[in-house]
Parts: sequence; structure tokens; C-alpha cells
Amino acid sequence: MGRIVVVGAGIIGAAITRELARDGHDVTVVERSAAASGTSGRGEGNILVSDKGPGPELDLARFSRSLWPTVARELREELGESFPAIEFEPKGGLVVSTTAAGAAPLLAFAAAQRSAGVRADVVDAATAKSLEPHLTDATTAAIHYPEDAQIQPVVATEAFLRSARLAGARVLTGHEVIGAVLDSAGALAGVDVRSRDGVTRSFPADAVVNAAGPWGAAVSEVLGAAIPVRPRRGVVLVTTRMPHRVFHKVYDADYVGAVESSSADLQTSSVVESTASGTVLIGSSREQVGFRDEFSTRIVAELARKAILLFPFLSSASLMRSYSGFRPYMPDHVPVIGEDPRLPGLWHANGQEGAGIGLATGTAALLAALIAGRTPPVDAAPFSVSRAGLAPFLAEVAA
Amino acid sequence: MTGGTPVGVLVIGAGPAGLAAAEAALDAGARVTLLDASDATGGQYWRHLPEERAGEHEARLHHGFARYERLRDRVVGDAACTVLLGSAVWSVERSAAAGSGFTVNVATGRVDAARAAMSALEPEAIVLATGAHDRTLPFPGWELPGVFTGGAAQALAKGERVRVGERVVVAGAGPFLLPVAESVAESGARVIEVVEANRLGRIVRGWAPKPWRLLGARAKVGELVGYVSGFLRHRIPYRMGAAVVAAHGTDRVEAVTIARLDTDWRPIPGTERRVAVDAVCVSHDFTPRLELAIAAGCALDERRFVVVDDSQETTVPHVFAAGEITGIGGVDLAMAEGAVAGAAAAGRTPSRNAVRRRRVFSDFAGRISAAHGIRSGWHHWLHDDTIVCRCEEVGYGRLCSTAASTDAEGLRSLKLSTRAGLGICQGRICGRTVEELLVAASPGDRFLDSVSTDRRPIVAPQRLGDLASLGDGPESP
Ligand SMILES: Cc1cc2nc3c(=O)[nH]c(=O)nc-3n(C[C@H](O)[C@H](O)[C@H](O)COP(=O)(O)OP(=O)(O)OC[C@H]3O[C@@H](n4cnc5c(N)ncnc54)[C@H](O)[C@@H]3O)c2cc1C
Ligand SMILES: Cc1cc2nc3c(=O)[nH]c(=O)nc-3n(C[C@H](O)[C@H](O)[C@H](O)COP(=O)(O)OP(=O)(O)OC[C@H]3O[C@@H](n4cnc5c(N)ncnc54)[C@H](O)[C@@H]3O)c2cc1C
Repeated sequence: MGRIVVVGAGIIGAAITRELARDGHDVTVVERSAAASGTSGRGEGNILVSDKGPGPELDLARFSRSLWPTVARELREELGESFPAIEFEPKGGLVVSTTAAGAAPLLAFAAAQRSAGVRADVVDAATAKSLEPHLTDATTAAIHYPEDAQIQPVVATEAFLRSARLAGARVLTGHEVIGAVLDSAGALAGVDVRSRDGVTRSFPADAVVNAAGPWGAAVSEVLGAAIPVRPRRGVVLVTTRMPHRVFHKVYDADYVGAVESSSADLQTSSVVESTASGTVLIGSSREQVGFRDEFSTRIVAELARKAILLFPFLSSASLMRSYSGFRPYMPDHVPVIGEDPRLPGLWHANGQEGAGIGLATGTAALLAALIAGRTPPVDAAPFSVSRAGLAPFLAEVAA
Repeated sequence: MTGGTPVGVLVIGAGPAGLAAAEAALDAGARVTLLDASDATGGQYWRHLPEERAGEHEARLHHGFARYERLRDRVVGDAACTVLLGSAVWSVERSAAAGSGFTVNVATGRVDAARAAMSALEPEAIVLATGAHDRTLPFPGWELPGVFTGGAAQALAKGERVRVGERVVVAGAGPFLLPVAESVAESGARVIEVVEANRLGRIVRGWAPKPWRLLGARAKVGELVGYVSGFLRHRIPYRMGAAVVAAHGTDRVEAVTIARLDTDWRPIPGTERRVAVDAVCVSHDFTPRLELAIAAGCALDERRFVVVDDSQETTVPHVFAAGEITGIGGVDLAMAEGAVAGAAAAGRTPSRNAVRRRRVFSDFAGRISAAHGIRSGWHHWLHDDTIVCRCEEVGYGRLCSTAASTDAEGLRSLKLSTRAGLGICQGRICGRTVEELLVAASPGDRFLDSVSTDRRPIVAPQRLGDLASLGDGPESP
């Protein structure tokens, strides 16, 4: 047990703060703006196993998914009915291909996932239609993923923080981490923090957790051991409210390709889902344009076209707003979770890219186990900073 | 669709400010495109019956209607001017376009039509003259049919010749309650009383200092005097220091409760009286339509109006602003600013006359807010079940209890957890009210994120089918 500073109150930092406080640590989460003001307030809330091929990220996703029902129940019991609902909905996902060429790769992908333990049921066109009556007739293959779920990420973030407070944690918003406190041996022993009014002070800590999302590169650099996380912009469209006509999370199979791609150019793929309030969310695009966040007709038009391909009725639906955020993107597509061997005392929980909402529970459990020295619930080695795949990128940011 | 249509000076909004800007730009020799979302020029102030049904009383219903007709004929009649009506700008974006460096996306066609015609313009310079809409603070019963904003009531009276009711109370704050009451009375309704929230003392203190500075604005003062004499003619009582604090009725408003207010706008217990009405028109303030200015990156001042320099240029080069989006000062100021902006956007030094007129009328904006600006005591007339956000049906009690239970300090988080301001109007009606109430209900005295309910990159809802028809869109710079 010790003093821990968590940097960033997005969903990752919030889930970690709760987990560490429940483990009995003395935790302070430091957030420069407000909770959930970064990426966690600007995306969707999909908890997916359907978009990940076999590998460490899928293992973490399955583990995270297994925790969500318990976490959702605990939060409800702890916070009571007056706290807004986190809207955990295990509604399942339906992934379809709409081209002749797309069918075989989708079926092969699903087969590989099944061998890794994912429920990925091939369904015929008639079954797909019965699951989603308004779906296009032009599907060439369809897989039903009953384990896919969703939550409201902003409320979930606030709920984690509220629960963490109840367990004794402090939430220090409006404070930015601006520097490292090192001990005589050169290990990280705390952080320097600046308030919005310009007052600086130091927080001693036995461990500092970098949960600064896409800003994690800057934060880790300031602390003394940079990790190569980059912003990958995503845009989501929101329609006006309508009667529920989309019942699952429905994806075009090319989504999987976009997630796994490393291209910096604009890519879009359809993810259509309805929310509890009756709006339909249409995601999402991926592009690397730094932290530039400007409205773009090009993206909106492309997202609209692809959504209509899946659900023709959406053609007459109205787009009400769009929003965008920056996914924390690790160049080798695997999150970094664990202590940094280059700077003892610095821990990372970063790089969940487009899956950080779903992965929040598993990330928090894994990091807490590592900090406490418990046996990790999933193999931690693939998430280590020192894994081979990350080495060239680490060298780049160190240069 | 890469590459929109190049245009010269693009004036967005054809109200008094936009018309004056178009005229000045034309005088300066520019090619001008003037567009407005509504089907007629004139904006809020000169809203009128469609030409084919033009009323004989048009001039009586409008102060300075002759001025409007002259301006309209000058602008619309000029071969160098393209007027696009029923055309809403739904977004602006930075692009590689020459000139201003912006592409302006336009949807033409009625909102309820099967589809809109989409187009993109690449202007040399932009004049934003998008005006303001009036803001009504919520009160119990304000969602009942028969409760109108002042602007809506006036639009019905002037633009449709529709009488909002037989027995009407006009309430709220500000000098524009007077023209609203007059329009309603002219439409044949009986205005029982006009209720102004501020007390005489504040109004006098706000309007009276340096009265000689209003000398140049004699016409403006005359306009107000005209309204007052209209009041006498229609025998309308004008009460200060009071407010409509509730509306009652089942299917429609049947009565209102009027209470006296203290100087902070807090209702004084025991002063309530019930007045039978079948309509009530309520406006407390104005909300400038800032979406396009924000999307273009223009800086706002601390009162959230667009910052402009002497030539009405915003902090973004080639983007000018005029009229209510730079401050609420009435029609004469809007026109004076428009004249300066139009000339400057066309690359000319604004005429000295235009600059002088702007100075004369600019005093009005400060006086209006000094004498009539909203005071926080109004929160006390809300009940837990008073709807604050109508689109998402969020009540005051739920808004406060949600904010208290999450301890959230960011507006984004508060909006997403309460859902206030997330509905179809995108916070146009309730946005500022929601912000004000949430700040009061949350731990700090301001939000920690820099989110604003004025930011709406998509200015008006667009059908996905129309959007899908757009090509690749403009190239980024
Ligand atoms: C369009 C889009 C759609 C998405 N859809 C999904 C989805 O459906 N499912 C899913 O699982 N994931 C999704 N994601 C990804 C998910 O949103 C992210 O992975 C997740 O939010 C990352 O959380 P985080 O806590 O790491 O980062 P953030 O939420 O960005 O939190 C980091 C915090 O650190 C703070 N900070 C930064 N620097 C400092 C400093 N120096 N001092 C103090 N604080 C600092 C920031 O202010 C910020 O609040 C989507 C993302 C986008 C953009
Ligand atoms: C109820 C009421 C009564 C008033 N009475 C008086 C009075 O008696 N005396 C006085 O001096 N002033 C009065 N005013 C104020 C007066 O309306 C304004 O001073 C004047 O109209 C402001 O001119 P403007 O050009 O800035 O804006 P507006 O007249 O509001 O014009 C703005 C125009 O921009 C258009 N527009 C906005 N956004 C877009 C978009 N995205 N795309 C396309 N078009 C767009 C709108 O359709 C509108 O036509 C009153 C206002 C109200 C609401």
C-alpha cells in the first residue's frame, strides 16, 4: 500500500483510481480539465469482442467484458438510484459484409475468433433480417456476437470516480501535471502539479500512473520516459431521436480492417447503433491529423453513405450533431500497461486506441494486480513497455 | 464536389445588418451573394407578409418600412448581387479555397421537403450577420400551448397576421417588449399588461447616464416614444419589477401568476396575483446565433458576442461580423455595423458617415444590458418539476440532483449525464439557461472544460441522404 498519483481522469484513469482505492492505496487522480473531458467524452461506448482478432488485445477484451456486468451492478448498488444510469446493455453485435469479396474474409475472421473462445455465430440472411429487420437486403455474410455490449462512457467515468471517492480516493480536477519529482536514485517519487490559477505544488508518490490518453506521450515525456502514443481522430454522427429501429450494434465488416490498419489517411467504416435516448450513433472515421479538430464535410458524407448502405431507412433520418475525439493510438496496436523499466515509479495505462471504454475494467484490474504484486489476471507480458514490437517506436520518441 | 462555387463577398443573413452590408459592398464595387434561411429578406425586424399577400398596413406595422423597401430594392435589384433565399448555411469549414480560405456549405429548400439542394460556396470574404433569437427563461407551465416567445408572437403578428390570443400578457425584460406588445395589439389582441422584471430605479440608472449621448440617436428615442404612445392609444399598462412566474392550464394556458420581484429578480412571497389570459409572450434576453462564428474560429468576448475591430473584422482574417452577433443594440446599430462591414469586406475604407452612425447607436447596446440584463434571483421561481430542457424533458429537480450526485465539473459531462440541451434544438432554446443552472448546481463557479452550448458545427439538422449525396467535399488546406 502506498501513495499513488494517477494522471488523467478519463475512463482509464477513473477505473484505475477506483481499483487502487479499493485495494487500500492512498490515491489521487490529477486531471487538468474536468473528468471525462478528453477522449472518453467524445466517442461511443461499445464494449466489443467482435472487432479483435486472436491475440493479447482480444484476451484483455474478453477479460474486461467478463468484469463489466459485476462492475455495473456494484456501481448501481454503491451509488444508488439518484446517480444517472451507466446504461450497460449487453445487446450483442451483428457484423455483416455487403460485398461478394467481403464474405470469405469475414467468415475466416470469425472462425479464428471462435477458436480463441469468442462466441461468433454465423447466421444466414433470414436470421440476420430477423435480428435487424431494417437491415439492407444486400448482405453476403453475417456474424452474430452475443457478447458485444455498450455503456454510456461519460456516466461510467463519473461513476468510477464517485465510487473511488467513496473508497477514499481524491479527485483533483483543474490541475495539470507539469513535471517529475525524482528521488536521489533517479526514480520517480512524485509529480509537480499546476492549478488553473497558476499555483504549483508537488505531490509525493510511490507510483505515478500515466493515464493521460492521447496526451500520454507529452505526459510521459515530461515525467522522463516517453511512450509513442499518438492521437488518431475519430468522428461520430448523431441523428435526431426516432423510434428504435436498430437493435444491435451493427458493423460493416470493413470496420475490422480499419481498426487494424496503420494508415494515416482517412478511413471510415460503418458502426450503427441506437442509444437509450433514441438517437442513432454512426461511427466512425480514423485518421491521423495530430490534434487538429475541424469539421469536415468529406468525413460526414462518407459516414452517411456507408450508414445508408447498411440501413437504407437512415437516408431520411436527420443528422443533428457530430463530435470527434482523439483515440490514444499505439503504433503496434497494443496498449501499454505496466511499469516502465526506464523509470522506476512510472506506470503506464495507455494506448487502448478505439477500445478504451470496453478495456477500462480489465486494464484497471491488470494494473492494480501488477502494482500490488498479485498474479496478473491475464498475461501481462504482451502489454509491457519492453515488448519487442514497441522497441523501434520507443527509439523514435527517445531520439 | 471538390471545389465549390467561387463568390465575392458572401453575406450570411439578410436582416438589417446583412442588407446594409450587402448594399455597402455593392457600393464598393464588389460582387455580392446574400443568403438567408428564411423565404424573405428583412430578418427579425422587418418580418412581413409574403409579397403576394402584402398587407396595406405593412408600413404601419413596421417602423421604417420604407427604409427597408428602399434597401431591399437597391440590393435585390443590383445585377452584381445574387440573393439566395430559403438557403441555410449548415456548416463552414477551413479549406484550400482561394480568398477567405473557407468553404461555406448551404442547403436550399424547405425543411420539410423530401430533399434539399446542397451547394458549397468559396467566398473572397464573409460577412456574418446571423442575428439573435430571443431567450425565454423557464417557469412552471412555460411549455403549455399559448406561451410564446416575444419574437415568435411578433413574427406571427407581422409575418402571418395571426393573433396569438384574445387576452394577452407580454412579460420579460428589455425595451423590445414594447414593440412586441405593439405588434400583438395591432393584430387585434387585447394586451392586458406588459410586465418588465426590472424596477424603475435600475432602468433609469441604466438609460439615464449621459443622456446627451443619445442625442444623435434621436430617431431611436423617437421610436421608443412611438411605442409608448401606442401603449397609451391601446391603454396598455406597463408594470415594472414583476414577472410571470407561472402559467396555468390543462390543454393550453388559461391564466398566469404574476409576482413582484426584488432587485435581484427573486419573487417576493405574498405578491402573487392570478390573471386570466389565453396567451402570454415572454422574452428575457437575446441569444446571438454564434454557430458560424464559432465554427470559423472567431473569438468571443466575455459576454459571448463576436469580437470585431473598427472595420467589423473578426479575429479571423476575411471574416466580418455585424448586427446582433456583436451585441444587442437594435436595428440602427445593426445597420450601421453592416454598412461598415460590407465596405470593409469589399476592400474599401468604410464611409465616415457609416462609422459615425455606428458610434451614435453603439451606446444602446450597453444601456440595454445595464438596464435590463438577467439577474440570478429568477432560479427561485422554478419548481422541481419545471421543465428546463423541453426537447429532452429534463426538469429542474432532476438537473440539480444529477449534478449533485455526480459532482461533475465539466459541461460536457453534465450535459451527457442530465441530457439537458442534447435534443433536436441542440440547446438553442435552453442552452444558456442549462449552463447557468448547472454552474449554480455544481461545486465550482465555472465549468472546468471549455465547452459551450453555442458550439454547433452542424448548424441545422440535415438529412443523411442529402449529406450522402455530397462528393468528397472540399480539400483541406
Ligand atoms: C470517435 C471515437 C469513438 C470511440 N468509440 C469507442 C467505443 O465504441 N468503444 C471503446 O471502447 N472505445 C471507443 N473509443 C476509444 C475510447 O474513447 C478511448 O480509448 C478512451 O476514451 C481512452 O480513455 P483514456 O482515459 O485513456 O483517455 P482520455 O479520456 O483522453 O483521458 C485522458 C485525460 O488525461 C488528461 N490529461 C492530459 N494531460 C494531462 C496532464 N498533463 N495533467 C493532468 N491531466 C492530463 C486529459 O485532460 C484527459 O481527461 C472511441 C474513440 C473515439 C475518438
Ligand atoms: C421580438 C423582437 C422585437 C424587436 N424590436 C425591435 C425594435 O422595436 N427596435 C429595434 O431597433 N430593434 C428591435 N429588435 C431587434 C432587431 O430585431 C434587431 O436589432 C435587428 O433585427 C438585428 O438585425 P440583424 O441583421 O443583426 O439580425 P436579424 O434581423 O435577426 O437577421 C438575421 C438573419 O440571419 C438569418 N440567418 C441566421 N443564421 C443563418 C444561417 N445559418 N443560414 C442562413 N441564414 C441565417 C436569419 O434567418 C435572419 O433573417 C427586436 C427583436 C426582437 C426579437
